[in-house]
Amino acid sequence: MTDLTKLTLAEARDGLAKGDYTSVELTEAHLKSMEAHRNLNAYITETPDKAIEMAKASDAKRAKGDAGNMEGLPIAVKDLFCTEGVQTTAASHILEGFKPEYESTVTSKLFDNGAVMLGKANLDEFAMGSANTSSYYGNVINPWKGKDGKDLVPGGSSGGSAAAVAGGMALAATGTDTGGSIRQPASYCGIVGLKPTYGRCSRWGVVAFASSLDQAGPMTKTVRDAAIMLGSMAGHDAKDSTSAPMAVPDFEAALTGDIRGMKIGIPKEYRVEGMPEEITKLWDNGVAMLRDAGAEVVDVTLPHTKYALGTYYIVAPAEASSNLARYDGLRYGQRVMDEGDSLDDMYSKSRAAGFGKEVQRRIMIGTYVLSAGYYDAYYNKALKVRRRIYEDFANAFGTVDTILAPTAPSAAFAIGENEDDPVKMYLNDVFTVPASLAGLPGLSLPAGLSSEGLPLGLQLIGKPFDEETVLRVGGVLESAANFTAKPFGQEG
Amino acid sequence: MSYIIEGSTGPWEIVVGLEVHCQVVSNSKLFSGASTKFGNEANSNVSLVDAAMPGMLPVINEECVRQAVKTGLGLKAQINKESVFSRKNYFYADLPQGYQISQFDKPIVGKGTIILDMPDGTTKSVGIERLHLEQDAGKSMHDQDPKYSHIDLNRSGVALMEIVSDPDIRTPEEAGAYLTKLRAIVRYLGTCDGNMNEGSMRCDANVSVRRPGEPFGTRCEIKNVNSIRFVMQAIEIEAKRQVEVLESGGEIIQQTRLFDQRLGETRAMRSKEMAHDYRYFPDPDLLPLVFDDAFVAEIEKTLPELPDEKKARFINENGLSAYDAGVLVAEKEKADYYEIVAKGRDGKLAANWVITNLFGALNKAEVGIADSPVTAENLGKLIDLISNDTISGRIAKDVFEIMIETGEDPEKIVEEKGLKQITDTGAIEAAIDEVIAANPDKVQEIRDGKDRMLGWFVGQVMKSTGGKANPGMVNKMLRDKILG
Amino acid sequence: MSSLDKETVRRIAYLSRINVSEEGLTELAGDLTRILDFVEELQEVDVEGCEPLTSVADLTLPLRKDEVTDGNIQQKVLSNAPMTDAGCFVVPKVVE
Repeated sequence: MTDLTKLTLAEARDGLAKGDYTSVELTEAHLKSMEAHRNLNAYITETPDKAIEMAKASDAKRAKGDAGNMEGLPIAVKDLFCTEGVQTTAASHILEGFKPEYESTVTSKLFDNGAVMLGKANLDEFAMGSANTSSYYGNVINPWKGKDGKDLVPGGSSGGSAAAVAGGMALAATGTDTGGSIRQPASYCGIVGLKPTYGRCSRWGVVAFASSLDQAGPMTKTVRDAAIMLGSMAGHDAKDSTSAPMAVPDFEAALTGDIRGMKIGIPKEYRVEGMPEEITKLWDNGVAMLRDAGAEVVDVTLPHTKYALGTYYIVAPAEASSNLARYDGLRYGQRVMDEGDSLDDMYSKSRAAGFGKEVQRRIMIGTYVLSAGYYDAYYNKALKVRRRIYEDFANAFGTVDTILAPTAPSAAFAIGENEDDPVKMYLNDVFTVPASLAGLPGLSLPAGLSSEGLPLGLQLIGKPFDEETVLRVGGVLESAANFTAKPFGQEG
Repeated sequence: MSYIIEGSTGPWEIVVGLEVHCQVVSNSKLFSGASTKFGNEANSNVSLVDAAMPGMLPVINEECVRQAVKTGLGLKAQINKESVFSRKNYFYADLPQGYQISQFDKPIVGKGTIILDMPDGTTKSVGIERLHLEQDAGKSMHDQDPKYSHIDLNRSGVALMEIVSDPDIRTPEEAGAYLTKLRAIVRYLGTCDGNMNEGSMRCDANVSVRRPGEPFGTRCEIKNVNSIRFVMQAIEIEAKRQVEVLESGGEIIQQTRLFDQRLGETRAMRSKEMAHDYRYFPDPDLLPLVFDDAFVAEIEKTLPELPDEKKARFINENGLSAYDAGVLVAEKEKADYYEIVAKGRDGKLAANWVITNLFGALNKAEVGIADSPVTAENLGKLIDLISNDTISGRIAKDVFEIMIETGEDPEKIVEEKGLKQITDTGAIEAAIDEVIAANPDKVQEIRDGKDRMLGWFVGQVMKSTGGKANPGMVNKMLRDKILG
Repeated sequence: MSSLDKETVRRIAYLSRINVSEEGLTELAGDLTRILDFVEELQEVDVEGCEPLTSVADLTLPLRKDEVTDGNIQQKVLSNAPMTDAGCFVVPKVVE
């Protein structure tokens, strides 16, 4: 029998349909793989009983001829999605033990479509990070190893999701992307990650980091898998005022393989100073592949690119400082309270003990940039620059169908690197943040290997609500790149 | 009306602006589908959104938007077709999100006006600076336990309209008149029930003093005063305090104060080591609130006749004085009552009966118009009995007393007690003859030109008929008999 | 403007309701200053006539019908609370 953990979502879907195996078998294979790879710490909470129960129900449903788009497919759920009755931590101590009485819209849709939940994937605390080293529940280790054999970061914040998919511990996973949290770990782990247009997937029931940026999306082994899974995650939700009232297209149907005559933009501002040669080469190769496939490659300019990170590191912490005020030890989560403490003491102690360092830093930066006397200089200024960035993309999309760029400035690095200075860590998001600020769809797919033999991703950025073009071009690029390398233990 | 505090160093004028929070009448909360009902079990009218569970998001209630626009129209205010919700960030036990969703620099309603009806019948115009929508907080209860406070979120998220006046108010009476009028307007509109003692209308007063004609002084905010009378008292007391501070060489510190009605003083709220910094910013969970002219026009169609218009109509069509009209329109229930009484009758006579007799009696009994034992229909009937000469005005007063006590129909009272006016000429003539026969000397006095004595005879006849004789007839017949 | 002193950090920590030790304040002052230095480059962008972009969702606020569709879930509201009594959340005594 084939190793069921090496299947793509599409293959497993077809195998289930043909009756080659059952959802229970598929699920058990993944649960076994999860157990075998616990050292990678991809999951905060494993839910094997629930998984088997869901798989059984799915097999029964299929037997009645009633199969959804994700029927019987076992996935990991980033532990930022609230799941009814299952601990949801956002990788924070402050939410340890929190069991939501509700199911997020995105996971509800996935489960309604038949998906099976294997567990809750690890992440950076409150999705704040680019290396998955800020989780209260420990670092996630990338299934890929460099030549020196050191443990590498999986990227972040959806590091557990990326590691689970890359390491055969889930057929696919949900991720969320605020400044690159789907695309960058996808790049580091050699998988596909799609951040949809802001408003495409409901934010209801997803622990908020930065409300104007947060967007859920699929993390999968292939572009086709991303198309399949997005179809089951997307859709208007009246419970989210920022959710777009738009029909969900058949994303899989967009994978025609034909990109002849399409215009691909190459933003010159992404050729940043000090970019490693291998990243430049990867990008150039991508350009060549698309050109070979019949696309027209044109230069575009996104003049405010260099300000995107600065803008992001004002806007996101500002929103976060307010979004995270609700974690006060009063209605849920951890409380620290000593004899004789005042209410303020309880707040300050609970939050000091409950939040990790990076989260505390971001709350405080956010508080500062919104405070009296600094609002205009920082926050409001950032919102104006954000508009400039948004306009840059709008102008570029006046002439091109999609934009090609690297996903990240490097391959996965060793755990512990970039930890001495918070700003150093922020630089990992340099290529992913602009599309986040503009709310645009972005797809990362593995397109080559670094000199260390580690995966490198390319990113396609699309027009608002044009995930279809991004997927179509992504599909062509995927075939051309023919990325077949697998992490240690996943070969063959 | 000028109100000047005579200090030891000269006169001081007070300057007041009021911020009134009105709970919006709606079935469900501003951003969640939980009920707005009062008095239910703790935390039962609470949704996961109101409890600020992780990942919960606000969705606005269209009725609250309509109610705010309606109130804005009632205040003759500018309606902002685009407004923005912002977060006001602070930590408090009854504020689950850690921020209140409110409106900051772009409120739904802009500048407007309220016309105050002063007790002396004059009017004064006070500017409205803005009206905005925001969430109410939950409730902290401190009496349950010596060490702990209990938090009930039933009110958390209920829609409030905060209505901010310009600092145009100059006397405690004007503040009272402002609140009375504002309450009347929202009650007429049905956008807030206006019950201050139940907390559905709450008032903060910004008070400062200055030398007449000088720029504004530093103000203090008196929080959450829960009756119109207390607001007036608090302003008076706070202004006096400020004058004393200033005259003794002190300085007014801008601060929030509480009014203690028992002690008759205001005192500073326990100030935090470090002051608030609310860090307002546009709520990224919500988008700009935008509506078109048609939306406003639809609401405009539903506007009832408001107190000012009603007052003008009472003056112009019913011939009432400005004062009487003002008293009647002050509460919608009073105006409605009056309109029933006045329908098809003399408007002025009806107003006299309603204001002098009915309101007088109700005030004495400390009963509201809604609980009046005398229905508007019955009071109307009583007036009819006077108009058609069934009873005299004096007897009517007695009948009214009985109505107040028993709530009975005046026709029934008159019938049962035999209070019908005697209009039978024979009966009156007999009574007159009797009095004349008994007082020949007085008859002579009248004939000698002492007209005033005629009144004495009328009184005697009325007395002998138990007040039931028609006084007009008595007068005429006496005159005919003695002088005729 | 971008160098934060300890007192400013103390105030930010208070506004954020996060207990920070004296040494922590110094360390944070350094970290936060580095972050502010990093975002300082925004100041050079010309944003003349530029409206702040608060949301990329090209929509206006959707309105909900005024219906009671939620509530009466006291148990769910309280189920995760660290301390409750008589259907209420419980906190250290609040003094006004």
